[in-house]
Amino acid sequence: MSYQVDEKDGYAVVRLTGEVDLNRSPDARRVILDCLQKKMPLLVDLSGVDYIDSSGVASLVEGYQLSRSRQLDFGLIGVSDAAMNVLRLARLDKVFPIYASLEARLKDTR
Amino acid sequence: MPQAATVTASATPYAIEVEDLVSYYDSRRILDEVSLRVRPGEIMVVMGGSGSGKSTLLRHLLGLNRPAAGRVSLFGADISQASARELYQLRRRMGVSFQNGALFNSMTVEENVAFPLREHTRLDERTIRIMARMKLEVVNLAGFERLMPAQLSGGMIKRAALARALVMDPSLLFFDEPSAGLDPVVSADLDELILRLRDALRVTILVVTHELDSAFRIADRITVLDQGRILITGTVEEVRNSPSERVQNLLNRRSEEIDVDPEEYLRRLTD
Ligand SMILES: Nc1ncnc2c1ncn2[C@@H]1O[C@H](COP(=O)(O)OP(=O)(O)OP(=O)(O)O)[C@@H](O)[C@H]1O
Ligand SMILES: [Mg+2]
Repeated sequence: MSYQVDEKDGYAVVRLTGEVDLNRSPDARRVILDCLQKKMPLLVDLSGVDYIDSSGVASLVEGYQLSRSRQLDFGLIGVSDAAMNVLRLARLDKVFPIYASLEARLKDTR
Repeated sequence: MPQAATVTASATPYAIEVEDLVSYYDSRRILDEVSLRVRPGEIMVVMGGSGSGKSTLLRHLLGLNRPAAGRVSLFGADISQASARELYQLRRRMGVSFQNGALFNSMTVEENVAFPLREHTRLDERTIRIMARMKLEVVNLAGFERLMPAQLSGGMIKRAALARALVMDPSLLFFDEPSAGLDPVVSADLDELILRLRDALRVTILVVTHELDSAFRIADRITVLDQGRILITGTVEEVRNSPSERVQNLLNRRSEEIDVDPEEYLRRLTD
């Protein structure tokens, strides 16, 4: 797994790529929590994720929970099929705000 | 991780490969030249009468028993050749729910499910808790995390054990008698869950069961063991339509006429 952080339109966009498994998810967790510590609204881009296990998903859950407690916007964008299957299994597709892209998030007025 | 790379080094299309496996308990031959191949993502159901060697085969797949002859390979790695470290790496990729597999009685449901993560990973405690609770959601045990095993029903214990088997996101899932002793509705739920798991995760599943309905519902292929030998391995249709009388007896649960050798029988009763 690798990751990249960009700032765009007031959002931090964390793009995860490759396999987010037990060995790599602590890095994903750290970068997500770091962004939120800086009080930035956050979108996690999963379009490049080939595989994400439940430790990776747990890091997303923790990030979402923290962002809510700080009243920061949070969302997942470009969720790949592989990632969506894992989210669906635990019905988390009904929990996370999910958008096609950053642009889609900006257009969405919720 | 170079160690993991060595374990999966040799390319093979199979997740599980058993070749001419022979196994003894003391001098009793329990498995007799058993061969079986399971493809990644496949659900293989192992059937057979009581004592036919199903659980013993499972113990070999887990590397808990050593073959007297033959080979067991997982993801192309021969597990009897594997070093302790390689075996450890392989075991991290396996989830297992044993036939008599109980939960730890002194731990809550959540602690039971989280146990493999605490043993085998250095994940953050918060990550571990979320992962354990996600798996309890998957098996429909949300809200029961603080109960002790003694406070659960039989079906709930099975599901909690499944949640524990899943918590490390295994690539191989072994399940010995998931629905034994459960009512048909709960058992059908478990079947549904097994199918959903296979579709959502990259997991190869081997299920041992006596329940014919369950086997036909979930299996891609079925293998039938009889006194330590494989009678047939095939798709649900192939097994259903098998001309073999032994297979049909097993499927229809007709108890077979046991051959009686009068001399031998008398000796057994009296010696
Ligand atoms: N630890 C052991 N020591 C000695 N013999 C054993 C041991 N475990 C199993 N056996 C014997 O091996 C044979 C196969 O047992 P196994 O548990 O594999 O059967 P099974 O097909 O799983 O049966 P069941 O459907 O009743 O669970 C049986 O005859 C059993 O008595
Ligand atoms: Mg058994």
